Amino acid sequence: MPSLSKSNVPQFSVDVYQNEFLPEGGREVNAIVTVTATGGGTSGGRPLPGGGATAGVVVMVDCSGSMEYPPTKMRNAREATAVAIDTLRDGVSFAVVAGTHVAREVYPGGGRMAVADAATRAQAKQALRKLTGGGGTAIGTWLRLAEQLLSSADVSIRHGILLTDGRNEHEKPEDLRAALDLCAGRFTCDARGVGTDWEVKELTGIASALLGSADIVADPAGLAEDFRSMMENAMGKEVADVALRLWSPQGAETVFVKQVAPTVEDLTARRTEVGPLTGDYPTGSWGDESRDYHVCVRVRPAALRQEMLAARVSLVLPQPDGTVQVLGQGLVRAVWTDDMAASTRISPQVAHYTGQAELAQVIQQGLEARKAGDLDSATAKLGRAVQLASASGNEDTAKLLAKVVDVVDAASGTVRLKSKVTDTDERTLETRSTKTVRVKK
Amino acid sequence: MPPLPESAQSAPPQAAPAAAPTQARTADPATGTAARPAAAEAGAAGAEGATGAAGAAGGRLTACPGCGEPHDPEDRFCGACGTDLAAPPPAAPPPPAPAQPAPGPVAPAPAEAADPADTGSFHLAPPRPGGDETLPLGFSARLSDPGEGEEGADDRAGEAGGSEEAESQTAELRGGRGQVCVACGLGGVDADGYCEHCGHAQPRQRDHQEKELEGVAAVSDRGLRHHRNEDAFALAAASLPDGSAAVAAVVCDGVSTAHRPDDASAAAAAAGSESLLAALEGGAAADEAMRGALMAAFEAVTALAEEARPRTAVPRHNAPACTYVSAVATGPVFTVGWIGDSRAYWVPDDRALPAARLTEDDSWAARMVAAGLMAEAEAYADERAHAITGWLGADAVEVDPHVAAFQPDGPGVIVVCTDGLWNYAESPAEMAEAVPADARTRPLAAARALLGVALDGGGHDNVTVAVLPFPATVARAGTTPA
Ligand SMILES: [Zn+2]
Ligand SMILES: [Zn+2]
Repeated sequence: MPSLSKSNVPQFSVDVYQNEFLPEGGREVNAIVTVTATGGGTSGGRPLPGGGATAGVVVMVDCSGSMEYPPTKMRNAREATAVAIDTLRDGVSFAVVAGTHVAREVYPGGGRMAVADAATRAQAKQALRKLTGGGGTAIGTWLRLAEQLLSSADVSIRHGILLTDGRNEHEKPEDLRAALDLCAGRFTCDARGVGTDWEVKELTGIASALLGSADIVADPAGLAEDFRSMMENAMGKEVADVALRLWSPQGAETVFVKQVAPTVEDLTARRTEVGPLTGDYPTGSWGDESRDYHVCVRVRPAALRQEMLAARVSLVLPQPDGTVQVLGQGLVRAVWTDDMAASTRISPQVAHYTGQAELAQVIQQGLEARKAGDLDSATAKLGRAVQLASASGNEDTAKLLAKVVDVVDAASGTVRLKSKVTDTDERTLETRSTKTVRVKK
Repeated sequence: MPPLPESAQSAPPQAAPAAAPTQARTADPATGTAARPAAAEAGAAGAEGATGAAGAAGGRLTACPGCGEPHDPEDRFCGACGTDLAAPPPAAPPPPAPAQPAPGPVAPAPAEAADPADTGSFHLAPPRPGGDETLPLGFSARLSDPGEGEEGADDRAGEAGGSEEAESQTAELRGGRGQVCVACGLGGVDADGYCEHCGHAQPRQRDHQEKELEGVAAVSDRGLRHHRNEDAFALAAASLPDGSAAVAAVVCDGVSTAHRPDDASAAAAAAGSESLLAALEGGAAADEAMRGALMAAFEAVTALAEEARPRTAVPRHNAPACTYVSAVATGPVFTVGWIGDSRAYWVPDDRALPAARLTEDDSWAARMVAAGLMAEAEAYADERAHAITGWLGADAVEVDPHVAAFQPDGPGVIVVCTDGLWNYAESPAEMAEAVPADARTRPLAAARALLGVALDGGGHDNVTVAVLPFPATVARAGTTPA
């Protein structure tokens, strides 16, 4: 039972969509769990009387040598960072980090964060003028510095904004991995790639580990608007460190737990056991927003007409005393029946998101096959992607696909690979492959 | 005073515009209206006991997998904990009932009965006798789902040989706190009624309920597709001021798209039967008492809407709402009252005589047919067919109780039921075929058999049916009804 006495913790509602009917001996239970947070996001990150959520944001700007080619790239990055700083509301803690093969504090310095007001915003923008390109790229060092700065401030919402234009060439992949492991759960981070030299999997890996978004900024001129919206989004967060808690009965096995909207994010491997039948999956911070999760559990079958609770899905917020506050919960049920019409029906929500997850997967597989020169496989996978995007009404993804393949017949998934595809179009499709649409009403 | 339905040929109570407000009942479309044989259900065989579980006296006992209570192999449900006794072996059909001498001369079907399937062997009741002699006599009304404790005693009243262990475990189950799972015996039970260890749903009191008073019986079941039972019933008997008996049944179906449908039906059944019997006992005429009962039920459901909603209540939900149908036998007459699409049927003992449907649904399909806008087949095939246009609840636009009185020429039973049953035996002929021949003398067995018909048909909805023998078979005044 939610107990939502705190002034600005959003109200969480949990809706479960499933077909609970299983045939005799059936084991696998699928459900889409829609979590909607409302009522938060109204203070815009301002400190609330009585101690509400306070936000801290660190902007990490790539200042490697490649950022000067073309020179507009560095200029756009400076301008975008300035816009992000202008978007900061009074009272929000912030810092700017210049990233090369090492991380350097640009503002305010001294291992601290500044508190936004008219004076600090002006000083920060002044400091940005000193940003120039030169040096390599070691993103792990940037993240470690952001973590130190954020943990020095007394804030409850901790967020990073990271901009890069190149590969993480000046540290080993395991160094970045170790930095991500350190930072996961300490702050959330959005990652943006500018230009065409950065590695898609590196960028999406950072955003995924730190529960933020990844995207391409194809046109550097669009960077400022993107930074402004990322900053607004960060300041709209009202509660951090929310976990999705899954209980399932003795003898059950969790097949997977995926976020499926707004993007596909497989959380299965990120479970933390909190009891013999219970595990937590991180969801990061929440403002006014709605996300969908696909939960699949395999239970021990019971007799016909019996009913079982296959999973209890709750959103929990850890408390300083070690307990958790339950923000909302939903029940996933299983009922065994010999009514074939009931047990063979597939929940429209489950079917839809199974399709969206497959869409993301076949895009990635298709692009990999294309890069590897396996054109038959690429055509088949991307054809399937066109079919899925069309059938589910995922128009944004359909448009991106149409820049990589010529669509002969979307309904049957008949496509031809385009002979010339721009690097930008290809990496845009790859970066955004996990974006989903919700079930059409 | 609303018109009395004489037969299917007469005008329905209301011919309302199609734009009338409706409440969607359930996602399940209406299914099968084909005639079904009156299946010899497991429960139909061993139903001599006064209450739910059959006497556990024979040598064929097996133990309930849920609570260990012994039960007859033919029982569909455990009488102690309500556990579904899965896949009972097919039972022998019940022995043929001894021929019942008709208590009075059986009149031939009225000549104006053009369609024998739709017109019963009864006449409308004569004007009620005047004169209100007030003779306060014994009154007993028993509700379908009274408070805990009392219920437990009732449920086990007919059982023999329940071990102390089983008793105490059952008591724990009913106690709320400190429950232990009936499936694994290890886990506690969470607030939602599931085992915290193995996840099995614990038997809910309302999943399957049976009740029998002298002269009337009822069964209510969750069905095969819904996760809880939102139907409710009440049985009641009283002595009238003139010393004769009145026996009543009330059946209500919670509107599942509304808030707290199970509470709505329970409140309506309890308030309605209480009001009905109190009014009759006080000397009110049956039709007035029936109308008053419907209004009392309406007020009870409306009051639920005014109770503080939990903060978690989904705001889009409608106020609690339910249907209501009731029949009361008083002397040579019985009176039916209803709102919504729960129904009453008349099934005469003499199956050569036609059975009849006694109620007109407050439903979208019935209104379309009544208004002449659609053919019956077309209307009932529409997905809106089962949307109801009349109900009890705070959101009701107007409450227009329908009341009709009947005077059959011979003995028979009144079947009072929710759509969870009549979806599988829609026409009077189908319902008559489903009602066992000995229904009047063994009403509980008949109610169980009718439940079996609904479950065999798919059990798509909650199923509730009361079987009310006519004339009332209650002992005369002076003795307290059961
Ligand atoms: Zn039992
Ligand atoms: Zn258990």
